[in-house]
Amino acid sequence: MTTPHAAPVLAGTGTPALEARSLVKHFPVHRRGRRTRRGAVVHAVEGVSLAVPEASITAVVGESGCGKSTLTQMLARQIRPTSGELLLGGSPAAHRGAREYAGQVQMVLQDPFSSLNQAHTVRYHLARPLQIHGPGPDGGSLDDQITSLLERVSLSPQTADKYPHELSGGQRQRVAIARALAVRPRVLLADEPVSMLDVSIRLGVLNLLADLRERERLAIVYVTHDIASARYLGDTIAVMYAGQIIEQGPATTVTDRPSHPYTQLLLAAAPDPDRPSPAALAGRGAPPSLVSPPAGCRFRPRCPFAMPICAQQVPPPIKVARGHASACWLHAKDADPSTSQNLGPGPALRTTPSQHDSRPPRGGST
Amino acid sequence: MTSLHVPTLDQPAPADRTGPGEPLLEVSGLCVDYGIGPDAVRAVTDADLVLHRGEVLGLAGESGSGKSTFAYAVTRLLRAPGVITGGSARLRLGQGREVDLLAADEAELRRVRWAQVAVVLQSAMHALNPVYSIGDQLGDVLRAHRPDMGRAARRDRAAQLLDMVGITADRLRAYPHELSGGMRQRVMIAMALALEPQIVIMDEPTTALDVVTQREILEELAALRDRLGFAVLFITHDLSLLIEIADSIAIMYGGRIVERAPATALFRAPRHPYTAGLLGSFPSLHGPRVPMTGIPGSPPDLRTPPAGCPFHPRCGYAMDRCRTELPPLRPVARAGAADPRVAACWLQDGSALPPAELARPEPDPAPVPGTNGPGTGADTKGGTA
Repeated sequence: MTTPHAAPVLAGTGTPALEARSLVKHFPVHRRGRRTRRGAVVHAVEGVSLAVPEASITAVVGESGCGKSTLTQMLARQIRPTSGELLLGGSPAAHRGAREYAGQVQMVLQDPFSSLNQAHTVRYHLARPLQIHGPGPDGGSLDDQITSLLERVSLSPQTADKYPHELSGGQRQRVAIARALAVRPRVLLADEPVSMLDVSIRLGVLNLLADLRERERLAIVYVTHDIASARYLGDTIAVMYAGQIIEQGPATTVTDRPSHPYTQLLLAAAPDPDRPSPAALAGRGAPPSLVSPPAGCRFRPRCPFAMPICAQQVPPPIKVARGHASACWLHAKDADPSTSQNLGPGPALRTTPSQHDSRPPRGGST
Repeated sequence: MTSLHVPTLDQPAPADRTGPGEPLLEVSGLCVDYGIGPDAVRAVTDADLVLHRGEVLGLAGESGSGKSTFAYAVTRLLRAPGVITGGSARLRLGQGREVDLLAADEAELRRVRWAQVAVVLQSAMHALNPVYSIGDQLGDVLRAHRPDMGRAARRDRAAQLLDMVGITADRLRAYPHELSGGMRQRVMIAMALALEPQIVIMDEPTTALDVVTQREILEELAALRDRLGFAVLFITHDLSLLIEIADSIAIMYGGRIVERAPATALFRAPRHPYTAGLLGSFPSLHGPRVPMTGIPGSPPDLRTPPAGCPFHPRCGYAMDRCRTELPPLRPVARAGAADPRVAACWLQDGSALPPAELARPEPDPAPVPGTNGPGTGADTKGGTA
């Protein structure tokens, strides 16, 4: 597969803090099954371009298996892309050493119960990055810097002497964020940072990330499966499906006026107490196999609006509004207008009423 | 000792059961400890809950609130060190017969379990046996409870059950690992419905699934509920989901039920500060983005529960009384006449006007649970904003 869209369509003004250009990751399939072809690969991420400006939050939304964590790991340089380029502050990241890169790009993981070492105090967790990457320009003793780090994540200085098991989930995740901040990074990659936390304390951690965006001008990548929290926190939302970004734009625009059928499906399925009528899903089924993904658009097999062209060519990101792009042929200029007008925000979601009896058969071999 | 009727396929059970909307399972004063003696931790305290026939009752709370312990206690699946220290759970069997699940002996439980009360757990991967095919496991349920059924009849019934949840019969020979997470959870639901129980208890049944799959399964569940008329006790931490699918909702906090109300009323007009805080913890998919705060602090440590109201350390409205006296769960002073809503909060005792957030007007009353027509529980939504 080629990489048809190298430069991000939505490049903003100025140099992004972190930019991915046409990132591709193929994982070889090591299986000795009868039907496994030699050289088969999982197309985990395919041609993803993403620009993360400073002082902003980019929310990457997708279901499990869509490649959002693989993308994050590539952005953190924990795994090497099959192809594609990573730019940090406008210059190729490949030229930088691992430690230098880690000093600029830090990660916060999903599970604060396993990302902290049970055998060490909070002080140890915060002192290590300070010792390895050197103290900040403002100097100060190690203790002063640890206290300052804890204050920046709204924890009391006494927390430094506690062990992870003495802290609640929310406090642990704050320690994990403080540890990431210790190296004074420009980019913070947060992979499902609140999904393991109790509902009532999630917003506290999300608000902390929003604060850090303002106060420290951090570029934050917020990876989540929860589109409601992406709308709450994100400046922009990138929706991933089967290894590709299929829609990208300002957060409220993407959720209020979704232009890709998959985004519409995701929004229709999301829990929403304000929903005026029962949820109606258009495009049931499951994501395709990533070992042999469908030709053309990867959403086509489920798409209620699929056209012949969708099976032939991969849709490029097409601009639908200012700063809003959608990888869907319905938005191409020469597409059938009678079909594309179905893609308004509301009506398209109701064009196929939910009918339990006429549900397409499910459960056959995939 | 109650004599129990074991329904067979030839004798359709519903005619023999309680009518729609009637109380089916009445839990009162349920107390559960973990451990015994001075170190015991009280996980559920004085929980009262009534599940009506055909109703979807949601039980929401954070981790450690006691919602799963409640379900395990009621089904008597609680393992040591869990100990049921008080209360009763009376299950109506129709024709005036009832059985107290908390006092029932093993033989009695064996007749009630699965035939009357089935359970769907969160992790279908762990609930299904990896070395038996789906068909074998469905057949097992029937072999244990329907000894008269022949092999061919069991197979047919298993195929019928799979078809009911949208899985083709050729999957009978599949093993759990060959199915997707959503299909495994559908198999669990099919298995729970194998004996046409009156009650299905679901503990976070869709939490591990993607939203689209979750929605599909919930739609199927609503359709099956309309067709078969079973009641569902749906346990989850996701209150925003529960409001869409449940008829009524009970909120647990620190081992106690702190509010109980019809789903729409709970959403539009919460009466307990914790409910209001929980509702304010779910960002909306519509409207302008406004800063939200969630609830300050963290859930209580049940080893050292706070004195008075368990929520007072996190409550913005806490008064002196809240720090010393435990508020009982009782009818809200100004509630509408018909609405069976209760809250455990001193603000609602009628002595003073509660804060505006907790005194919103009641929405239009929802239809009686179990009597609404086809469609999902979401049909009943749409009260005044």
